[in-house]
Amino acid sequence: MSLYGRGLRGLALATVATITVAFTLVFFYAPLDADQGFIQKIFYVHVPLAITALCGFVFGGVMGAMYLRTGDRRWDIRSYVAIHMALIFGVGTLITGAIWAKASWGHWWIWSDPTLTSFLIVMLLFATYQPLRFSIEDPERQSRYASVFAVVAGAFVPLNFIAVRAAQEYVHPRVLTLTGGNLPGSMRLTFVVALAGIAMLYATLWKYEMAAKSTRMQVRALRRALLGEDAVAPLKRTAAPS
Amino acid sequence: MSGVVIAVAPALPLHTAGKYVAAAYIVFLALVLVYVAIMATRLARTERDLAELQRDVLERRGESDGRDPDARDSGREREPVA
Repeated sequence: MSLYGRGLRGLALATVATITVAFTLVFFYAPLDADQGFIQKIFYVHVPLAITALCGFVFGGVMGAMYLRTGDRRWDIRSYVAIHMALIFGVGTLITGAIWAKASWGHWWIWSDPTLTSFLIVMLLFATYQPLRFSIEDPERQSRYASVFAVVAGAFVPLNFIAVRAAQEYVHPRVLTLTGGNLPGSMRLTFVVALAGIAMLYATLWKYEMAAKSTRMQVRALRRALLGEDAVAPLKRTAAPS
Repeated sequence: MSGVVIAVAPALPLHTAGKYVAAAYIVFLALVLVYVAIMATRLARTERDLAELQRDVLERRGESDGRDPDARDSGREREPVA
């Protein structure tokens, strides 16, 4: 079993249990929001997805920095999978956010809101990561350039977040702050469990994809070792590290 | 068990906000399911590659045994490839 497959089953089970508890708390424990009512339940899936996606982008940047420092291609693969997963979570954030916006504000999207627009900018920025990789044929150069991109774009995420927080005019409500925020205890507990569940889901899927990639590479290496270089089909051009 | 859960479950206001809430949670679950389905097809491909490798190795061994009898290592037990 590869390094990434170790503990995957336990983590997956813990993830399923945590998400089940979180959704049970969302619908049976957390009170209805006085202002928004039942529609506020989207908060418990939308915000954890957003936080996990943004942290995933930063995580990808850290892995990219580790690649640049060590030259070990495993860090590049970790960075690639982290950003790939964060993009999927980001798509989930955008879709659930649009649904919430439509129900709450009557519009699918509000361009004047800095939180929405800045998240879209981050998403568009990281959406160029895969085409960037694909455009570079040489694997070494691909890893190096992609890591530089991951570091710079990853550093942009917290800066962007701080800039939006500093903005004065916004439509997006501010319920999470460093001083405690506006959530009552039961809502806070539900939110923390939901956040833990989504973060664990990210970790599980990251490990899952890493295990799959690592296994594919091992099969390829085994073929090369047992049957020689001729027996290995040349790699097609791909955005994924190979 | 499921009967108890349904009995204590509050009625969802599906005529108003409920459909939006349901849509948001369905989107989340659909994303996870689609991802897992894609990974499952990749896993199947890896299993196929592994089986092909095993077959190729056995074929090569058979060929080399047939061509060069002196190269046979009869004293060593062969281990399965996978």
